[in-house]
Amino acid sequence: MADHEDRHYQGGEAHDPLVDETEDAREERSGAARLFDIRRVIGGLFVAYGLIVGLMGLFDSSAEIDKAQGVRINLWAGAVMLVFGLLMLLWQRLSPTEAPESGEES
Amino acid sequence: MGGGLRLNMNALDYLILALYFVTVLGVGFAARRAIKTSVDFFLSGRSLPAWVTGLAFVSANLGALEIIGMAANGAQYGIMTVHYYWIGAVPAMVFLGIVMMPFYYGSKVRSVPEYLRLRFNRPTHLLNAISFAVAQVLIAGVNLYALALIMQALLGWPLWVAIVVGAVIVLAYITVGGLSGAIYNEVLQFFVIIAGLVPITVIGLIKVGGVNGLMDAVRGSDLGDAGLHAWQGTGSTDNPLGAHWLGIVFGLGFVLSFGYWTTNFAEVQRALSARNMSAARRTPIIAAYPKLLIPLVTVIPGLIALITVKGLGADEGDLVYNNAIPLLMRDLLPNGVLGVAVTGLVASFMAGMAANVSGFNTVFTYDIWQAYFRRDRPDEYYVRVGRIATVVAVVVGIGTAFIAAGFSNIMNYIQALFSFFNAPLFGTFIIGMFWRRMSPLAGFWSLLSGTVVAIGTYLLYRGGVISFNSDLEESFWGAGLAFVTAAVVAVIVTPLTRPKSDSELTGLVYGLSDTTLADDSLAGDAAWYRSPVLLGVVAVILAALFYIPVF
Repeated sequence: MADHEDRHYQGGEAHDPLVDETEDAREERSGAARLFDIRRVIGGLFVAYGLIVGLMGLFDSSAEIDKAQGVRINLWAGAVMLVFGLLMLLWQRLSPTEAPESGEES
Repeated sequence: MGGGLRLNMNALDYLILALYFVTVLGVGFAARRAIKTSVDFFLSGRSLPAWVTGLAFVSANLGALEIIGMAANGAQYGIMTVHYYWIGAVPAMVFLGIVMMPFYYGSKVRSVPEYLRLRFNRPTHLLNAISFAVAQVLIAGVNLYALALIMQALLGWPLWVAIVVGAVIVLAYITVGGLSGAIYNEVLQFFVIIAGLVPITVIGLIKVGGVNGLMDAVRGSDLGDAGLHAWQGTGSTDNPLGAHWLGIVFGLGFVLSFGYWTTNFAEVQRALSARNMSAARRTPIIAAYPKLLIPLVTVIPGLIALITVKGLGADEGDLVYNNAIPLLMRDLLPNGVLGVAVTGLVASFMAGMAANVSGFNTVFTYDIWQAYFRRDRPDEYYVRVGRIATVVAVVVGIGTAFIAAGFSNIMNYIQALFSFFNAPLFGTFIIGMFWRRMSPLAGFWSLLSGTVVAIGTYLLYRGGVISFNSDLEESFWGAGLAFVTAAVVAVIVTPLTRPKSDSELTGLVYGLSDTTLADDSLAGDAAWYRSPVLLGVVAVILAALFYIPVF
């Protein structure tokens, strides 16, 4: 239980062997730079949902519209999801630099 | 089995659900390419932008228990439920970002227990690592069980099929994609959950005649005018929640909330995966903004259900408060948005469970296996251990799901678990962070005695030795006593034992910052709208302003 073996002070910096080991491995060869951009996935899924739900909304029966208190909710929700999905894709297009970059820095 | 909740899902609704499952698995497999080291697997290589970690932070807490439970509270207690968001979450999230994150992220610790190892000693570390690991597996089981219950009621799936399907999908994307798989899916899940809840709220409000119609109807309900006020009537305990304002401010707003948000690794892990200090500090603060608004899609639907569903609030059967949201889905949503809403519920269960599992595998690997069993192995070895730990966690989670099936009220079970672990931990933490003299042994005894007091209070209450007005009141008191005990023991033991030297504590405690820390800020971090302090202060002010119309 000798705690001082864990963390020591060297060259003006605090070091812990366990933390250092994994941090060194990360700094040397992290693969995180290859992580894709999640905005594309969110955009894609919401465009698909928007199209499916929106198209269903076009063909909603009056019973379904009545159930939703007279609101063409599928049409509205579909349109909103479609626009949201497209905006995500557009954002990703306009500023694609958000990709992880810590790997290259060090 | 009550067929009364069964939804009328058609093929296209199932297509929406299936598309979600495929996407989630796809994200997991695509994230695999980015795993080269153990930090890539457990902390996403500390590479993610703040908006991603921020949304994952809020999503990790947005398990379906939270959504279903808060809608149920909305129906049962009315507007007072917003306390769980505006005073019970936002201030603590802001405090984590502004005050505590520099110590967590700056010291490069890989988990919350690891902070305790560096700040105090190995016994404190091991105690916390084990209790955290056990709690995560238990909670994962509860999430899984609750998912299965909903699938059974809404879709008619047998309980065990629903448990296995849910477990296998979460298992697949975390084992393969690591924390990146979990976090990316949490961001996706956040949007799907919101997309599922918004139509319920909108149509529900139209049905009751808008906000004014809702307020009039609530005044005429059993809840009465008290259901529309958050603070009025808290001078005594004569209000729907049965809580005094002192209890709300100190019990919920301080001990329970700070304990949960600032020391729960399943949350803090999201911030540790941010790409630099600025992003890490902004993570919980960015999360505070959606948190401010979530009551709109949980508490409001709860109130709508109270008005529109005749007989809601039964002790058992289909009309229990917990079914507020499923009942509204059944009554109001046509096919199409119905599929999205079901997908949103499923997504929220997965988000909650994934947070527990990814927290568990990291603590098990770094804090138990690497620290006490197999040190000095190559880095890849720990990635393998993490993958195996994930499989074990999910399999054990399936087992604990069947244990959870034995509890009548799973929300109370969860609250009890939180009061055992988080409240004493927060006491030990906050004193250790701000009082550098606090000794390692004081850390251990303070954490242990606080935990024992919390569990003891709970057991005495269960055994009928002491009594409280409600389970909720027990958790306020249990947490409060645990916090006070942890603090008192720390103050008593410290003068009797040897403190750590300043050099050992550099970067871990207030007043001893690590001046050698490299500046890791990126271009644009200095922009005023990215200042953690400014963003945090605005969030707290908004929380206060939001109270005005419902005072």
